[in-house]
This record gives sequence, C-alpha cells and structure tokens, in this order.
Amino acid sequence: MIPSPFEYHAPTALPDVIALLSQYGDEAKLLAGGHSLLPMMKLRFAAPGHLIDLRKVAELKGISVVGSQLHIGAMTTENELIFSKLVAEHLPLLAEVARQIADPQVRYKGTIGGDISHGDPGNDHPAVMMAMDATFVLTGANGERLVKATEFFHGMYDTALTPGEVMTQIRIPIPAAGTGSSYAKLKRKTGDYATAAAAVVIRLQAGLCTQARIALTNVGPTALFAGDAAASLIGKPIDDVTITQAANLAMAICEPAPDLRGDEAYKTAMAGQMVERALRLAVAHVK
Amino acid sequence: MDQNVENHERLEKLEGIGCSRKRREDPRFIQGKGNYVDDIKLPGMLFAVMVRSPYAHAKIKSIDTTKAKAHPGVHAVLTADDLKPLKLHWMPTLAGDVQAVLADGYVSFQNQEVAFVVADDRYVAADAAELVEVDYEELPVVVDPFKALLPDAPVIRPDLDGKNVGAHGARKHHNHIFNWQIGDKDKTDRAFSDAEVTVAQDMHYPRVHPCPLETCGSVASYDAIRGDLTVWITSQAPHVVRTVVGLLSSIPESKIRIISPDIGGGFGNKVGVYPGYVCAIVASIVLGRPVKWIESRSENLTTTAFARDYWMSGELAADKSGKIKALRVNVTADHGAFDACADPTKWPAGMFHVCTGSYDIPNAHVSVDGVYTNKFPGGVSYRCSFRVTEAVYLVERMIDVLAQKLNIDKAEIRKRNFIKYEQFPYLTPLGLEFDSGNYMPALEKVLEAVDYNALRAEQAQKRADPTCPTLMGIGITTFTEIVGAGPSKSCDILGIGMFDSCEIRVHPDGSAIARMGTISQGQGHQTTYAQIIASESGIAASQIAVEEGDTSTAPYGLGTYGSRSTPVAGAAVARASRKIREKARKIAAHLLEVSPDDLEFDLDQFKVKGDPAKAKTMKEIAWAAYNNVPDGMEMGLEAVDYYDPPNFTFPFGAYLCVVDVHKKTGETKVRRFYALDDCGTRINPMIIEGQIHGGLTEGFAVAMGQELPYDEQGNVLGGTLMDYFLPTSMETPHWETDFTVTPSPHHPIGAKGVAESPHVGSIPCFSNAMVDAFAHLGTTHFNMPYNSYRVWQHAKSLGL
Amino acid sequence: MSKKTIVSFKLNGAAIDVMVEPRELLIHTLREKLSITGPHIGCETSHCGACTVDIDGASVKSCTVLTVQCEGAELLTIEGFAKGGVLHPLQEGFTQEHGLQCGFCTPGMITRAYRLLQENPNPTEEEIRFWMAGNLCRCTGYQNIVKAIQYAAAKMRGETVTTSHPLMAEISA
Repeated sequence: MIPSPFEYHAPTALPDVIALLSQYGDEAKLLAGGHSLLPMMKLRFAAPGHLIDLRKVAELKGISVVGSQLHIGAMTTENELIFSKLVAEHLPLLAEVARQIADPQVRYKGTIGGDISHGDPGNDHPAVMMAMDATFVLTGANGERLVKATEFFHGMYDTALTPGEVMTQIRIPIPAAGTGSSYAKLKRKTGDYATAAAAVVIRLQAGLCTQARIALTNVGPTALFAGDAAASLIGKPIDDVTITQAANLAMAICEPAPDLRGDEAYKTAMAGQMVERALRLAVAHVK
Repeated sequence: MDQNVENHERLEKLEGIGCSRKRREDPRFIQGKGNYVDDIKLPGMLFAVMVRSPYAHAKIKSIDTTKAKAHPGVHAVLTADDLKPLKLHWMPTLAGDVQAVLADGYVSFQNQEVAFVVADDRYVAADAAELVEVDYEELPVVVDPFKALLPDAPVIRPDLDGKNVGAHGARKHHNHIFNWQIGDKDKTDRAFSDAEVTVAQDMHYPRVHPCPLETCGSVASYDAIRGDLTVWITSQAPHVVRTVVGLLSSIPESKIRIISPDIGGGFGNKVGVYPGYVCAIVASIVLGRPVKWIESRSENLTTTAFARDYWMSGELAADKSGKIKALRVNVTADHGAFDACADPTKWPAGMFHVCTGSYDIPNAHVSVDGVYTNKFPGGVSYRCSFRVTEAVYLVERMIDVLAQKLNIDKAEIRKRNFIKYEQFPYLTPLGLEFDSGNYMPALEKVLEAVDYNALRAEQAQKRADPTCPTLMGIGITTFTEIVGAGPSKSCDILGIGMFDSCEIRVHPDGSAIARMGTISQGQGHQTTYAQIIASESGIAASQIAVEEGDTSTAPYGLGTYGSRSTPVAGAAVARASRKIREKARKIAAHLLEVSPDDLEFDLDQFKVKGDPAKAKTMKEIAWAAYNNVPDGMEMGLEAVDYYDPPNFTFPFGAYLCVVDVHKKTGETKVRRFYALDDCGTRINPMIIEGQIHGGLTEGFAVAMGQELPYDEQGNVLGGTLMDYFLPTSMETPHWETDFTVTPSPHHPIGAKGVAESPHVGSIPCFSNAMVDAFAHLGTTHFNMPYNSYRVWQHAKSLGL
Repeated sequence: MSKKTIVSFKLNGAAIDVMVEPRELLIHTLREKLSITGPHIGCETSHCGACTVDIDGASVKSCTVLTVQCEGAELLTIEGFAKGGVLHPLQEGFTQEHGLQCGFCTPGMITRAYRLLQENPNPTEEEIRFWMAGNLCRCTGYQNIVKAIQYAAAKMRGETVTTSHPLMAEISA
C-alpha cells in the first residue's frame, strides 16, 4: 500500500502542464483529485515516473454561464458542484449525481474532469454527461478541440484524450423549460460504484415527451448511450407502458461484467430498473 | 438534610453499579491521545512486511531473497529456512493443530505467509518485498469442504500424512480434522421416528470476518543484555500470548512482557497468535532492534482469523401443536488450511451445544465434522462466545421453519416451547445447566411495544395486494446465549483454566488501583470495573484507576472475548472488593472500638448499628490501614481474587425486526428493529446501550452483506473495504432498545455480560424477517447475506 | 527512492517544515515524522475515514493525499481541537453522548464532524448521517455519534445542552 517512487510536478499554468506532458510522454500521469489514481498507485497497478498535479492551475477551476451553456472547469470538485448556486439553478442533475458519488471526503477532492477522463465505466459523470449532451474541451500542444460526450469514451480506461492532452473544461447546454432529469443509482453502500445506474433527461410539452436522452453507468466497457430507449419515448406520454418499453430497450444494450455486485442478468435487470426509476423521478422534476 | 436526598448525593458521588457513568477512557481518545500499537515508536525501530503467496495451493520450488537483501535499507529477509534452526517455522494453534509461521515448502491458502522483510521504514520494506522471488508450482485447489472430503481430493496438509488421530480424536480422511458429537443419538432418532411432524433445513453460515477498524500488529523489542522480550500487541488475551511465546521461544515467562495497549476493536479477530507476531519477535531477537509489523486491511481480511463458514443441517421433530420433541443437527465446519479456531481445548465446536436455545426440547443430538480446505485459517468467535452465533442461528431459524410447516404464528410457537421460569435451573438435553431465564415476559413486552398484531395485519394486507412494490417481513428471535467461559473443570486454553482475576490496592489517601487479566477493546472496562469496586467497597469510582493489558503488572487472566469480562473478571472484581471491605470492617471496628459484627456497611462507610453517628469512612479506614491496624493484622489494604466460575451465564433477549423488500431490485430496508436484552444486573446503562447498538450494527452487517467468497482457483474475493460490507451511517438502521432484569443467581453481582447478545440475537432475526417476507410464497430459508443481488435472485426464483 | 523535498504548511496553527519523498502519504508524514498519531490508518483504500484531517477547509482522507500536495496548506487534526485545556464542543459531545467505544475512528469522526458543522450549524439526523458517511465505525452503530454531533451543534449555537444518558436514571435512592 505504498506507491512506487516518482517525481512530482505542480505547474501553475496550463501551458506548463502541456509542456510537462510532452516532455515526459508515457512516463507522466495527471493528478486531479487523486482518489482514483493514488489508490491504484498504492496497489502498484499504476507506477508513473512523473506525476503532474493540476491543483495549482487556476484556468481549470470555476463554474460560469456562457451564453446558453454552463462551463465547468475540469478541476471543479464534486462538493463544489453540490454547493454551486449556478448548478442548482441550471443543472440540478449535476448536483444530484455528485451527491451520489463516493463519500463526503472523496467529494472534497474528486473532480468532475478526473471522473470523466479516467474512462472508468463505474464512474458516474460519464453517463450524466451523455444524457446532458455535454461537450469536453481537450487542450494539447496544438490548442483546443471539442469532443462530444457521446464520442469521448472508447473503451475501459480508453478515451478520446490523446497523449499530451488534458481535459480543461466541460460545457453543458442549459436545458429548456419543461425539462426534467434524474440519476438513479443502485449501489451496495456509500462509497461503492454503481451496480447499475441511469441518467435521464426528458422534456415534456403538452404532456408528451419531445426530447429524451438516457445513458447508463457500469453495465458495459464504457458508459452507454441508450439512444433507442430515449427515441422510443418521443411523441408519447411518459407512463407505465412507455417507461417499461424504454427500460427494455436500455437493457438490450447492456453488456455488464459480472462481479460481487451481481451477474450479467442482475446488472442488466437493474439497469432497466434504474431507467424506470430515473424516468419517474425526471417526470417529477420537470420545471 | 432529608435522608433520601443525602443518600442520593452519596450514591451520585460513588458512581457505582447502575450509574450511567461517563467513560474514563474518553479523554484520551477524543483528543487523539490513544496509544494503539501503530502509535508506538521506539529508538532504532525497524518496520516489517510480509511477502505472501498469490496462489491458494502450490509447492514452493525456491525462494531467492538476494535482491531484496541487497536493497538499501533492508536489514533482514526471513524465510522458513531461517526459522527452522530455532524450531519456529511452525507454531501450535489454540485448537491443537500446528500452523506454518512461514511457508515450509508449500502454501495451502492464498496470501499465506512466505517471507518477512525487515527494513528501515515501511516504504523501503514495501519496495524490497517486491524483490523477493518465489518460484511456485501450482497444485489443485479445493475450497469446498464437501469436495475436500471426496476420496481423490487434493491433500491440503502433507505434514499430517499418516496421522489418523488429531487433537480431537479420529480423522476419517486426509482433509478431515475431527468429528465431535454430543447428545443421546438413539433417543433422538427414536423421537424423530415417533414424531407427528418433522422438518429439515440446510443452511450455510458464510465465511465472514470480524474486521475491527484497527488491523492486527505488534512491536517486538528484545533486549539482548537483559534477555528481556517486550511485545506490544493487538491481543485480546495478552497473558495467553505470553505463555505461547514462552513455549515457542523457551524464554521464561518472567522475561517476557506482553502489553496490549489501546486496541481499536477486536470482536474475536485479536484472540489468536499470528505469524506476523512471531516473525517480528524473531527479527527483533536476530537484529537486536525493535521491529514493528502492522498488517494492511486486505491482509487482515484475508489472513487473520475468519469466523463461521458453517454448513448446518437442522431437523426438528414435533407434535401437531408445535411442541418440539427433538432437535438433530449435522454440521460440516470449514476450518481452512490450519485448524486455528479459538475454542476452549475440550470443545472443538465451542459451545455449539447451546443450540437447543430458549426452548424446552427433551431430546437432541449434534454432530460436527471439521474439514481442511485451501482457505485461510480461523473459525473464531466474531462478537460471540464460541460458535454460539451459529448455534442460535440454527435453532432460531429451525423454529420458524416448523412454525411455517404447522401454520402457527412465529411468536406463538415460541411461547409454546419456552423453558418456563419455574424450570430454572434447567438442564438441557446437551448437558448445559441454564442458571436463570424469564422468557415469556420479555417476548410479550416486545410484542406489545411494536403492536405485533397490527404489523401482521399490515403484512396480510400487503400480501393480498399484487400491485404492492414491496414485500414485508417480520422477524422474531427469542434467543439464549452462553457466555462467561468458563468453569475450569470444562474450559481451558492450552491447559490453563479459564478463570479470571483482579488485584486491588487501596492507597493511604483512600484512592485505589485495580488490575485485571482482561483487556478492553472499547467495552469501557476502566469505567465499569471501577463502578463494581465502588459499590462493593465504598471507594468512589472517580478515585479508582483501572489498568489492564500489561502482563508485568496485571494478574494472570485469560483475556476478553466471549463476553467473559463481566461474568468472570467482573466477579473477581466484586470478590476482591469484598475482601477489601471485610478487612476495612475490621479496621473500622478497631478504630471505633466495637466488634466488627456491630458494624454495618453503608455505601462509603461503616457505621455502628443503632448509633449511626459513630462511623468511619473508607477514606479514614484507608489511612488507618497504613498506621493503625488491629493487633496481628498485616498493614495495607490490598486484595487479589482469582475467580473460577461455577457455571456459564445465560443472557437472553427478545428481538423483532420489520423489513421491506423491493420485489424488482432486491433492495431491503430495515424499517424497525426492537431489541430487548436481559443481561442480569446492569452495571452501566449507557455503556450497555452502546454495546447493544454496536452488536446490532455488526449483526446487520453480517446478515445483509458480509461474506468472503472464494473462486474455484482459491482466490479470496471481496477482501477490501470496497467489497466487504461495513455499513456506514447511511445504511445502518435506527435501533430501539429495551430491557428486563433477571440476575444470574451464581454471579456475585448477578451480571451476565451483554456485548455479544445483540450480534448473536439479531442475525437470525434479520434472516427470519427476510424469509418471512417470502414465506407466503413457500420460502422456508435462503442463505445470507441478503444483499440486493441475492434477494433479487431469490425473488426471481419465485417468479416475482 | 526519488529526491526528497521540503514541504511547508501550517499544522494546528504552527508552521512546519518537513522533508519528504514525493511519494510519501500525508498520513505517514503526520504519524511518523510529526508525532500526530490521532489520525489512524484503518483501510488504506480511502474507505474508512479514520485518517481524516482538515486541509484548507475540506475534510480529507490523509491516506490518499501526498504530503507534497500540502505545500502552503493549513491543516487541522484532532490534536488542534482542545484549546487551553478546554474541550471543543464536539469532544464534549462525544463523551456525553457515548459516541465512541474503542476510540480508533474517533479522531477522524470528530475532525469530519467539525467541517460538517462549519458548513451546516444545525443539521438534521438525516443530514448528519449523509455527510458523515465517509467515516466508518465498527463499535457504536452511529446512533450515539449522531447524538454527539447534535449535542455539539446545539452547544456551538449557544443552546443549553444535556446528556441523554443521565448518571442516575436507573438508580433510586
């Protein structure tokens, strides 16, 4: 439970981060909140030669409204999301998911950018980002590029980030009136990863669903975007029949890995249950 | 002043038995000044880590320590070859078996100890441990005790080759440890063949772990010049450790000092002697420097003392009215690779024979087979007396199975079978004498408090409604424990009788110091023992220092586990206090110039009968003990008592639990839990409540989530706190507590012990509630733990 | 081993310079080098919370923070709570409400509860259970910990407090 030796860097500006990344290449790892990376280093599953701590990089912090979007610095912590007035006003789903991540201490350190960039299908933000149609700002030696959440996750611990790039910002459209959202997570206890979880954003107009996005946590090698499930709701009221239909379509795309949380059948069934639960809550949250 | 008011004030000042005295331990803990083993830092101290086997069963072809030894800052790398000349590569277990200290040519469980790396600090030690090169040749693995007994099963213990008799009699197979039977088999079998009704149920009590928040560890310091060995250790039984260390090392016990400092919870995990302790001692002797070894959490969860792993088959015979005629039990006990159970020597299944419970069952027979598997050793009592949790689980589940078969209410069937108040002392068919009990009022109090009939009505309504998303279950247990081991005629450890002890010295100023052979791990002994002394001797509790855990100062005792501190050491405390009081009476008589018989003891003083103005306080008497004693009396005011209890004590309780189970996800919510305990005389109600809250929470954890499963390759799964279920404040239910008082007739103050009842009593209560939720669908049992996955699987199997 | 560096921070109000390898975890620096043994190691995987300290206004598990990350920080541990021999209301509350048994989780518990009460001076039982869920206790079952925090919160708000375990409740003269 002791990390291997490494050299530590704490740059204060983004260009310095990029420079260190290009200098050390594969040898380097970025340290955000550290609550995924440091435990892996203590188990010696990860042994980077250079650790680049992002905590002093001011450009990576902060939450602001820009046009019709919320811009969130990648180093914003879970507790900052929970306590943010802007988040509460414009994107309550983001605070709702943050409250369900890990435990209070971890939420003081854990960051939204770290949670997403890690590429762990058990992390909670990826599905929520897909459901909220977020866009990620990735910065490297050649400047910034934008990648949609639905295109970011390539496989387990495998993302669109290329060597030398760092996620700097998350941009999320502020939902239109009539939108409701929820994140339903089944877990064994506080601090656990989801057995299965579902993020849902829907828009109701005149009692019918006009927009829907659904994504799932920890039932595949990445968070899964349940496009068919969401599409099945469009133009219909959200009721027992359509909810069951959406849940079944969501279950059809699940390919969970069995572990002590459950086998494939259970996790798939729970993904369906969480879609149902999140849809009902989302309807109740419509404003 | 009004006599009552004055008495009340004197009682308040005394802080004796019955007071919710605030704990004496707290000031150091709330200020971060506890002194746990890992807090100990000695000049020149080195740090050690264990190199462990990744395989569950393998031959060790070679161990190359060259690179590790060459690593800067490394002082020693020990393997079995280094221990052999000292004859320390194997050690005796408490169960009459032997256990490899460091693997001797083969490993027989995953994470078994292979090499011990001693270095400047824990960072260097961790780096060097990676450099130890071990060449293994994998062998076939068996993790299932039934498969272990097949004729062609892999041989788990080649060192026992040809030994057909073990510590507990004949071995019938190379992986068999013992068969133990108790009760009249023929009579029991006859009762079954004659019975109107019989029921049978198989149940598995999973492999769990006590998992105290502090892991195990030690600091060994050998002084080569004096020849003294001092070991600070996380031990619930420091004196037993001293004897074991003496036997192993040939150092006389007078040269060995074992100190259990503050202990961060034990729950049975810290009774045994572990390879890390032995290696730290050897390393200190070899290197001439203090050596610290502290296990990690995953080492704790996968190598030091699991609990249970009992496969039980129970049967009840009864008449149609539900009156039980006989109990028959067969157990296959998975002990892992070494038999390292912590049980009294003569009892390889501990006190499992308390399994007839609170019920008047005329016939019973129990047979237990112990089996070796490629799993880590243990079989300790996790917050219970020896195998009592298993026993109580069995009978409390079986009586529910019978109730369902006969369609009798689960409270009612208990009432029909209770041992009646007037039957005590009650001799069970398995040879135990229950000293006291009063079960009916306890159950009735609980049923009334929760409005049982209303709960059953609500349940009926929910069962009738197919759209209800949840199932409602009501669990009841009316359990009897057996604690306070124990009478030396039947209980010993390594040949030492299971007495316990207390020594009290009263100082000239009337304050006192008391030392016991037990050791608190959170139970608050410093607080409660002083309360007993206060009531029994008249010295205010605030004036009494209580010390435990240092074998150089404390009288020999067998330690704290199995709820034995209050029943055994607590009795020694009371009796030593009475010896003090009787000597004080003689001194008071001398000072007051009356006969001792003319004096009466009144809280904190002796007064002359009929002339209460003439009195001597204990403070005055203490002073006189050092300058003015009667002719022929020794100076001083001291007493020692070694108490060998005449019997065990039998705390009991009545618990009720209500659960709501989500049909589609398996999620379970404990809506209500009502726990009534009868622990006899109540020494400190505040501490009792705390112990009950803690025991219920551990019971909840066991029932709802704890297990250490293995895969077929012998990999232990779930050995970190990510998977191993320790509930947080969010998952833990709210507890309601209540009590009745039925004092133990043979204990000097009538106390019985309390800390383990809530664990023992609650686990079957949760099970009974979970089964009850599905009972209308035909379920009579399904195995713990009731995590949502398992509950969902069960619901699914019923077509829900 | 990589090169050691000097890290400077404030610990319970006092300025500290300490020399560490970059890989050294804060819990080890505190316990091994600075004689701060109140925070404990219970799991090493960021689950148990026994190592909780307060860093710059946040409750942090010091087993999952590098000491080098603390450059310039303000740290508070259990050792910094009692002032001039007077216990902090949380320390008093834990005693009065019997919120501890073996004491191993207690320093982390109190340190975490301190930050909670800074953020929410009047938490409900539900809020306490939610915001204390990063600290494991194996002894108490949490019920008396909740009461201890409520006791401290009331005292810190200036209200009169009494134990729910009166000394003589079961004694009649």
